[in-house]
Amino acid sequence: MFLKHKYVPILVTITLFLAMFAAGSFLYTGFFSLQVLMNLFVDNAFLLITAIGMSFVILSGGIDLSVGSMIALTTMVSASLVQQQGWSPAVVIPLVLLMGAVFGSGMGAMIHYFKIQPFIVTLAGMFLARGFCYVISIDTITIDNAFYTNVAQTKITLPGGSFISISAIIALAVAAAAIFIAHYTRFGRNVYALGGNEHSALLMGLPVARTKILVYTFSGFCSALAGVVFTFYMLSGYGLHAVGFELDTIAAVVIGGTLLTGGVGYVLGTFFGVLIQGVIQTIISFNGTLSSWWTKIVIGLLLFTFILFQRVLSARRSVLKQ
Amino acid sequence: MKSIYKHHLFWPLCVLAALLLFNLFYSPDFFSITFRDGHLYGSLIDILNFGSPLILVAIGMTLVVATSGIDLSVGSIVAISGAVACLSISKASDQNMLSLILLSVLMAIVLSLLLGVWNGLLVSAAGIQPIIATLILMVAGRGIAQLITGGQIITVTSDKYAYIGSGSLAALPFSIFVVAAVLIAVTLVTRKTALGLFIESVGCNPAASLMSGIRAKWVLISVYMFCGLCAGIAGLLLSSNVSSADGNNAGLWYELDAILAVVIGGTSLNGGRFYLLGTVVGALIIQTMTTTIYMIGVPPEITLVVKAFVVLAVCLVQSSAFRAAIASRWKTRHYPGEKEITRHVS
Amino acid sequence: MSDAAPILQMTRIHKRFPGVKALSDVRLRLYPGEVHALMGENGAGKSTLIKVLTGVYSVDEGTVELEGVPITVHSPLEAQAAGISTVYQEVNLCTNLTVAENIFIGREPRRLGRILWKEMNRRAEELLKDRLNLNIDVTQPLHMYSVAVQQLIAIARALNISSKVLILDEPTSSLDKNEVDQLFQVVRKLKSEGLAILFVTHFLDQMYEISDRVTILRNGEFAGEYLAKDLSRLELVQKMIGKDLNMLEELPVLSEGKLDTAGEELVKAAGLGRKGAIEPFDLSIRKGEVVGLAGLLGSGRTEIARLLFGADKPDTGKLTLGGGRGTIHSPRDAIQQRIAFCSENRKTEGIIGDLTIRENMILALQAKQGLFKTIPRKRQEEIADQYIRLLNINPPNPEQLIRNLSGGNQQKVLLARWLLTEPDLFILDEPTRGIDIGAKAEIQKLVLSLSHQGMSFVFISSELEEVLRVSDKIAVLRDRHKVKEISDKDMSQHTIMQAIAGS
Repeated sequence: MFLKHKYVPILVTITLFLAMFAAGSFLYTGFFSLQVLMNLFVDNAFLLITAIGMSFVILSGGIDLSVGSMIALTTMVSASLVQQQGWSPAVVIPLVLLMGAVFGSGMGAMIHYFKIQPFIVTLAGMFLARGFCYVISIDTITIDNAFYTNVAQTKITLPGGSFISISAIIALAVAAAAIFIAHYTRFGRNVYALGGNEHSALLMGLPVARTKILVYTFSGFCSALAGVVFTFYMLSGYGLHAVGFELDTIAAVVIGGTLLTGGVGYVLGTFFGVLIQGVIQTIISFNGTLSSWWTKIVIGLLLFTFILFQRVLSARRSVLKQ
Repeated sequence: MKSIYKHHLFWPLCVLAALLLFNLFYSPDFFSITFRDGHLYGSLIDILNFGSPLILVAIGMTLVVATSGIDLSVGSIVAISGAVACLSISKASDQNMLSLILLSVLMAIVLSLLLGVWNGLLVSAAGIQPIIATLILMVAGRGIAQLITGGQIITVTSDKYAYIGSGSLAALPFSIFVVAAVLIAVTLVTRKTALGLFIESVGCNPAASLMSGIRAKWVLISVYMFCGLCAGIAGLLLSSNVSSADGNNAGLWYELDAILAVVIGGTSLNGGRFYLLGTVVGALIIQTMTTTIYMIGVPPEITLVVKAFVVLAVCLVQSSAFRAAIASRWKTRHYPGEKEITRHVS
Repeated sequence: MSDAAPILQMTRIHKRFPGVKALSDVRLRLYPGEVHALMGENGAGKSTLIKVLTGVYSVDEGTVELEGVPITVHSPLEAQAAGISTVYQEVNLCTNLTVAENIFIGREPRRLGRILWKEMNRRAEELLKDRLNLNIDVTQPLHMYSVAVQQLIAIARALNISSKVLILDEPTSSLDKNEVDQLFQVVRKLKSEGLAILFVTHFLDQMYEISDRVTILRNGEFAGEYLAKDLSRLELVQKMIGKDLNMLEELPVLSEGKLDTAGEELVKAAGLGRKGAIEPFDLSIRKGEVVGLAGLLGSGRTEIARLLFGADKPDTGKLTLGGGRGTIHSPRDAIQQRIAFCSENRKTEGIIGDLTIRENMILALQAKQGLFKTIPRKRQEEIADQYIRLLNINPPNPEQLIRNLSGGNQQKVLLARWLLTEPDLFILDEPTRGIDIGAKAEIQKLVLSLSHQGMSFVFISSELEEVLRVSDKIAVLRDRHKVKEISDKDMSQHTIMQAIAGS
């Protein structure tokens, strides 16, 4: 009983990450370096941002399938406005962020007021956002705007010679802010309460409607921000960007120890869930002979293990109570 | 007259008819069917032929949805099944050997059944929510399919295998017969044995079903197994139609289209009553929509936008909260709790 | 005590639901510094009254006054703001949050929007220690603690909103003896601090232990308000479930003229028990016998039924079937061994709402026969028509969805479902609750005529009169114990009520 029960899943996640990183370091020369660690952030900045938004949604007991499409739509709108209409990035970036937030709050309102399952509403959102991409253009729009290319190429050198990108810094800032929001604000605690027991939350006088809609608004905002970061990364807008990305995101959250039924989990867990996915990819690329699909299989296995593990934990909990 | 209007097929058929009518005016050659080399050609035939895999997957999904479950892994099973069959055929020296084809098809089908059992066990024995349980195979299954194909597109040169998905029987695509056979079989099994009753009963009230002596766990496993089987056959049709297996893209988004078809067909996502014919019409609507959009020269990707609105419209119509909001816009809600109760009492 | 003015007064309260009169002319007075018990059986109107008081339901007629001022509350939140807090039987807290959060969520101490966890934990600890004598780690999630502690924390949350009136809705039904003592200590302390406490319960002992005053409801009507010390147990039980004693002789005895059924033993329970549900008991049921289970709500009636049907697993003892047919492990086993169980939870464990009358009827029989021995559609229709006529089901349309039927007709369909399986033993749990008088009499008659033909019954009802009418033998339950078994000659309402009252 020295270890608090609630920390078990997240400790498992962190241990798993450390073990994988250690394994990679033993197996491959050059793996154990700060740069490899930094690259995890550089290459997964947009995944981290999206997964943080998704964490709030899942903690509240919902799900958001529209995140991948939202990223694609953001890249598309940014590219078309900047490249084809010649708008300034200073206008375009706030605009797409607002678009993501509004899109998310619309879905949240439908979920709350019409009592339709989040799965279905966000599925429609996913179709819609992806479809809008093609309304704009079916082809890739390449961006050569100076601001975007500059941000993409800027490397911030850290002490010790390793470097990190602006996108990674944005992602880390979002993570820090999200941890604060989740644990030190009323909104954050209401999200947990909502995911724990919506009926109780209502009877306890918590603002259920506002919280639910805000959660999807936040997720929409995060995926739009991830879309902006993705635009920096790809320097193009394309309707087929980030296809199937919602799965990676959900997987990161679950591997981070968050219960898919809501109410239990940590943003920090999601942080490590993303890093675990990154490490798997890094190991596979260091290996050179393993193919990329092993990522999916390993992530599927991890998903299975974590879901079953959580199931056992919650089963034991209900036995304890008897 | 009223009974026609109330029939569960009424609205889906209306939508389908409206789509066809639109085509009649917009592109008259939509309805032209020509006969060449013992095959029938035309848009209508194409809809049936290209729609067959979706219809199959949606039929399997219907039973899963009836138990108030959902199966997200069908798309991955479609890819795995096609990949296994094509791999096994491509390895042989004589790709036209009948025994080889049969063995490969059998292997794919058995594997699909096993994957269905896996889903069923997670849902019924481990008690994991269906959407979460099937997510596992949805993610890992894609990887497995790519593992089987080695990340490449496996092409086969086998007339016999190609016959399944692109051959003709009595001038009609062979795939239509496969769909018809599955549809008839599942209708017989669910309506002539008590399985249909048990499925609806478990989907509507699992506790009461258990108290009435129904083996709810077995019902769940068999339903997911059947869904896997349907997805497996669909995978065979799809891969045989193009004589190749693509682990990456085969069956992509099938789970979503299948769920959409089920919902359009009138089966509620909350479980209970299921309508197989409704699902078939639902799948045909989706396929017709795709073909129509293609025919009128709009980029096919726009279909997604239309689909989004269809999903929303169908769900809003099914949402009692939405109907109540429309019905009592002028009424203020003073006692939310009471409304809940009167709804339960009545 | 009663010289003070009541802090809360409800007068001439009426409440109707479509087709049901839930409350008629009910009154309730709560005094500061008093524990007031609200008693009554299922359907007596206790929970409706509380829901009216806390603003979940509107009032059709009557007034509610708090400190002499008429009030109308529209939601539990408004009630809370006015100083009326409720702690429900199903603890309405979020078990995934910590103890401290559950007390403070929505009102957390903050600085610049940042929640001050240390401050919150300290205050939670103080509150629990000072007012509830509870010393626990407030940073643990709530699910780590027992229901009893959760209940205390719900009380702490209510107190933190500075209540004047505290409603405890059946707080003790899932607590053991020690936990009840702990709760009562807190209740006494709060009472001495001047709080008015409304204690809803169906446990006689607990009522006498803690209450100063008691209001009794029966069938939605006010059945009296007494000082607890002036009311004997027997009188209390009478008010709750019995007719007046002098009316007893006029009751027609339906079970008269029955064959002397010393038939073979059908089911025998020896020392059967389940922790937290029912203490070990013996019970024997013979062929053609109607065994009544009498007792108050929560006394273990339903729990016995569930053990007999295999719906719950016993911890101790043995259930043996007559004729060496072994025992039962699941409802499926029970059905195969010709035992049927009509649950009291018609909605959750009975009807399949989306299916028709016909399908609901044949469900258990079909499950018993298995998947492949399908009952032909024509036979199904015959069965449905036959039972619709036999049981007088309305509307007489077998293709009507069962959820559109009235409660009484749904109940008849469920009876048909089980009769179709041709049971030897039919367990009926509250078969007549919430249905009209006519249907009630029909069901009682049906039980008697079937028992004449050799079917055995276990008959559970809150209405003593009804149990007496149909039973050959009555097992009396009190506080999860089988306390007495009464057969034919000694069966009178008086003896049973004495046994239930424990006096």
